[in-house]
Amino acid sequence: MDQKALRLLESRCIQEEPPACQCACPLHVDVRTFSRCMVQGLWEEAWKTLKKTMPFPGILGRICDAPCRDVCRRKEAGDAVEIGLLERACVHTPAPVQRMPVLPRKRQRVAAVGSALSSLTAAWDLARKGYNVTLLEPSDRMGVYLFEIPDEVLPRSVIETEMEALFVLGVETVCRFSLDWDALEEIRRRFDAVYLGLDGLTFWGECDTGEPWPDAALTRISGLEGFFTGGLALEGNSFSPVWRSAEGRWAATTIDRCLQGVSRTAGREKDRPYSSRLYTAMDDVSVLPAITPQDSVAGYTENEAVQEAGRCLQCECLECVKVCPYLKHFGGYPRKYAREIYNNDSIVMGSHKANRLINSCSLCGLCEVVCPENFAMQTLCLKARQDMVGKKRMPPSAHEFALMDMQFSNSDRFAMTRPDPETGIASHLFFPGCQLCASAPEQVRDVYAHLRRVLPLKSVGIMLGCCNAPAFWAGDDALFQKEFSALKEQWTALGCPQIIPACATCYQMFKCHLPEADVISLWQVLEGAGLPAGALPLKLSAPPAIHDPCTTRHEPEIHDSVRRLLNRLEQPFEELKGNRSHTACCGFGGLMQNANPELAGSVVRHLAHQHPADYVTYCAMCRDNLAASGKRALHLLDMIFPSPDEADPAGRRRPGWSQRRENRSWLKNILQQTLWKESPENMEPYENIALSVSPEVQQILENRRILISDIQRVIYHAEDSGQKLCHPDTGHFKAAFRLYNATFWVEYSISENGFTIHNAYSHRMEILRKGP
Amino acid sequence: MMNPKGTQPEDLVWECQACHVNLVEGPVTLMYMGNRITVDLPQCPRCGFVLVSEAVALGKMAEVEQALEDK
Ligand code: SF4
Ligand code: SF4
Ligand code: SF4
Ligand SMILES: [Zn+2]
Repeated sequence: MDQKALRLLESRCIQEEPPACQCACPLHVDVRTFSRCMVQGLWEEAWKTLKKTMPFPGILGRICDAPCRDVCRRKEAGDAVEIGLLERACVHTPAPVQRMPVLPRKRQRVAAVGSALSSLTAAWDLARKGYNVTLLEPSDRMGVYLFEIPDEVLPRSVIETEMEALFVLGVETVCRFSLDWDALEEIRRRFDAVYLGLDGLTFWGECDTGEPWPDAALTRISGLEGFFTGGLALEGNSFSPVWRSAEGRWAATTIDRCLQGVSRTAGREKDRPYSSRLYTAMDDVSVLPAITPQDSVAGYTENEAVQEAGRCLQCECLECVKVCPYLKHFGGYPRKYAREIYNNDSIVMGSHKANRLINSCSLCGLCEVVCPENFAMQTLCLKARQDMVGKKRMPPSAHEFALMDMQFSNSDRFAMTRPDPETGIASHLFFPGCQLCASAPEQVRDVYAHLRRVLPLKSVGIMLGCCNAPAFWAGDDALFQKEFSALKEQWTALGCPQIIPACATCYQMFKCHLPEADVISLWQVLEGAGLPAGALPLKLSAPPAIHDPCTTRHEPEIHDSVRRLLNRLEQPFEELKGNRSHTACCGFGGLMQNANPELAGSVVRHLAHQHPADYVTYCAMCRDNLAASGKRALHLLDMIFPSPDEADPAGRRRPGWSQRRENRSWLKNILQQTLWKESPENMEPYENIALSVSPEVQQILENRRILISDIQRVIYHAEDSGQKLCHPDTGHFKAAFRLYNATFWVEYSISENGFTIHNAYSHRMEILRKGP
Repeated sequence: MMNPKGTQPEDLVWECQACHVNLVEGPVTLMYMGNRITVDLPQCPRCGFVLVSEAVALGKMAEVEQALEDK
């Protein structure tokens, strides 16, 4: 990803867009932060927030007409937040002592004619930019109409204090400036720029163009170099104090740019009010009317202000973060993550802090669906993984276990492609997928038998193996291409039959990577071809809630088909709030479970808590992950092919990692023996080692992802080579063996008919033995 | 990088089954992702078989592995 791509991506996430109120405010006051400070009673902080963008908070805070209220999102659930009244309440508290940053003095001189809000603002801004500013007031008093505002709204003392700030900045003032053309031409010669604050200049002397004020002034000076005007607030309400002030600010910016010799307009699109791109969901916001001050003259009491500020929604988006525990876990949002991932990719030295962020996403795509701008975090993470693998920077531990599992599934221990055993042809190819075979091999056998019975022509083949999604998810494209083309070759050799995957992930892999194939989900096939006689609704205490696997997100036909199957089974069911295109991941997707098992645990619990009922789903991984989290969960096949031995399929435990491999091998052997009369695959010598493993140790192995076959290989090696340690007190042995990229340690003892396992663990570092 | 106290007294109770001697503490070079580090770990003084205890494997060693993976 280059800088430009990053910018583009960042701009897609609108979470950092200012809220509507701030965009609408001509001075762009950070109303949201201001309200947050007010709710917390942090008056000083609130003051400082105003002061950041507001030139004279003491004055404007009291008289602002709050055009921001027109766009406040609160209006959709009650009244707009009374931002003007809140500002008033804030500036009634003592102002914090604060030094305003000022740029170094420049040589250029600027005159501001008039001393109403626009001129005062222009003077303030220009003085802070380092210019020598002189205010020229035709009347005998600085501030003109500000003094006409009733004292209880804007006390004179406040005006005086605020104007003091100008003197502190070194602004000079001249009263009784005689406003006529000669005088203007004279000051034009003496100053580098002249600002005419039309909001404060009601007298124009003789008007030689015959036009009424202020058009006359505008006509007269238009095109004259060095003159700038503002203060009429023609776009806003012409009496709007905040518009008048802002016009002084915009003129000051233009003057500064002209005097610096840079573009007057570049990058100023957001000077004026604009509409916010920020999205804020209003669905769960309850209606609250505005707080009316008890004393309308004095305004809000502190208490009332706190209450009113509490109605501010603190507008933000975070739609994706609300639904994704992964996005929440890392404490940011996609815009921030995009930058972190970009930095991760571009640093050469130092810690790659975003590795875990990149590898923990389940690639489920829910963020893209809920985001108002369709930001796809999964695309970003997958691309980053591919880059990391390409640069040989992928942490080996992130995906290795899953990739080894994939390798197992694609080995002789499981992989097998056969046409129909009776006819030797294949017009259809059943692809049960490695995880369904790992979880429920008997059902796979039954499904295959059923398909051969109900589909015409006795030409249903079967392919056992992995769809290679793990390699794809790991970002290992080379591995994926290699394995997937092997799969494709076998499919082609069978005559390109229609593929019938049982698993939604396999379905996606075929659909995306084998577009020439005719792919149809098992559920659609069963719907068309009919259910077996034994298919039954289950005796559950309440109707189960249906969970759509995240890889079906964009497959409404599959969603419908599954629901029609349930109806046909006369099985009542409930819908989850997050269903179909809005379904949540079970934590398996994207290899989240490998890279971040703890997070995957909270992801599946998040899914399990959506509904109190048992779940019914149609992905073996979803079913097993839910079951492992303690949720009662069924696979749709539990209803269509109920097992006579399984009294309570919703309570069935998730088979462990070793069991999953055994189940796959069992399935292959049983199919080979019964359908093709082939003899089973040869066993490795270590597989004959008999182990006794207590449930506690079993759990340890499961958590540490240590397989029974790993342990057998360690013991085989130790007993064969004699290289092991012995504990004199317990008589236990301890041995190690390096397999793939880890060293496995096993503590065991020899028992009557085999070996008792007491403990096992592994590390990835390699021992080079000899010291330095 | 690794805790020099990689060896606990109970680790030295183990006896090398091939050489029939107790383990002693000594320097060992470990390697991961092209990085080598040297630490003291219990080992057989005769054949050099090194013991990585559960505490070391799942504690310090796992930490260092993680740090090297993210380097
Ligand atoms: S609710 Fe608060 S943040 Fe949102 S627009 Fe209104 S004042 Fe601004
Ligand atoms: S886990 Fe799913 S919803 Fe969350 S960021 Fe990744 S793809 Fe998006
Ligand atoms: S949904 Fe998420 S990615 Fe999309 S704009 Fe909102 S915060 Fe950003
Ligand atoms: Zn030895």
